[in-house]
Amino acid sequence: MMRRDHALEVLKPRVDEQLVVAVYQTLFDWMVIHPRDLNYVATGAMGQASSHGLGLALANPGREVLVFDGDGSLLMNLGALVSIANAAPANLHHLVFVNGVYEVNGAHPIPAAAKVDFATLARGAGYREVVEFTELEQLEAGIDAFLAQPGPAFAVMHIEPGESYPRDYAYIHSAAARARFRRALATS
Amino acid sequence: MTVITRTGPTLEYPSGREIIAALKRAAVEYVIAVPDIVTSDGLLWPISRDPDLKLVRICKEDEGVSICAAMSYNGTRALLLMQQTGLMDSLNAIRAIGMDYQLPVCMMVGLQGKEAELKPAQSASYGVRIVEPVLDTMQISNRLIETAADVGHIASDIDQAYRASAPLCFLIGRSPT
Repeated sequence: MMRRDHALEVLKPRVDEQLVVAVYQTLFDWMVIHPRDLNYVATGAMGQASSHGLGLALANPGREVLVFDGDGSLLMNLGALVSIANAAPANLHHLVFVNGVYEVNGAHPIPAAAKVDFATLARGAGYREVVEFTELEQLEAGIDAFLAQPGPAFAVMHIEPGESYPRDYAYIHSAAARARFRRALATS
Repeated sequence: MTVITRTGPTLEYPSGREIIAALKRAAVEYVIAVPDIVTSDGLLWPISRDPDLKLVRICKEDEGVSICAAMSYNGTRALLLMQQTGLMDSLNAIRAIGMDYQLPVCMMVGLQGKEAELKPAQSASYGVRIVEPVLDTMQISNRLIETAADVGHIASDIDQAYRASAPLCFLIGRSPT
């Protein structure tokens, strides 16, 4: 098992021009670890990150889109796996951070936390590439090859909380956050 | 052109071909859709064969709210085509992403179960009767498309939704021919 903040630190030097859609504690950690204007923070409703990612990927075919999803979030929108696989955007990489709980909602377990297999779900939906990362060394060794694969590609990130950064809900839902992303998209 | 003759005024049904032409005039590039029997033959099947429109088939309607919203950030225009059951199922996403975030999510909704000769508010179907009041309560702009004459404002309404960065919902009250 790897700490989430350590996993995000591995991703940080590999994220430059990509559009990043992240959710909940992974988003709050990412906003501190790698603050940048091309972070898409306003997903609005739980479960919708991957669908925002699909919209961004289709409308911006020249850009790479990374979705940092949560396991509870993905369970709320499982059909999106099939929709993404069907649309098959080569520029979409979907990473689901699996900790088995609804972390920001009291850390209650997700249904079937010990049984559900996200890699199998993504394979069954028809993602082109599916990998799993359990240890930090494995992530460091394999992340470049994963990101180099054409999408839609899916990575299961088995994580535990590390340092948890402040939950800045006011910012992620603000008009300023959306304007910042829109400006960056137009100018970068 | 089909003509209503059963009761009430004789009105031409809306034309699917003209609705699709209006979408193109409004620079809609993507149609995001879950099949709906009201709009299946007149809109979704023709759209699926139209080389000028990109069709994205989705599993559940709230996915489409997010897709349309995300596309709008670089000005890409999209339409979410669905049935009123899907609209009802997507209200929280529309509330958050369309209304709270003030993003132009344009929707076209088939009113399944609505009687051709009646207005939605007069329908025997509870699921049809509540649609306009729900949208009004949520302060979501909505326009009823029931006759050929109603099609004329579609393109300008979509233009206005993108200018205002606000959601818009067309309600298809009779199956387009």
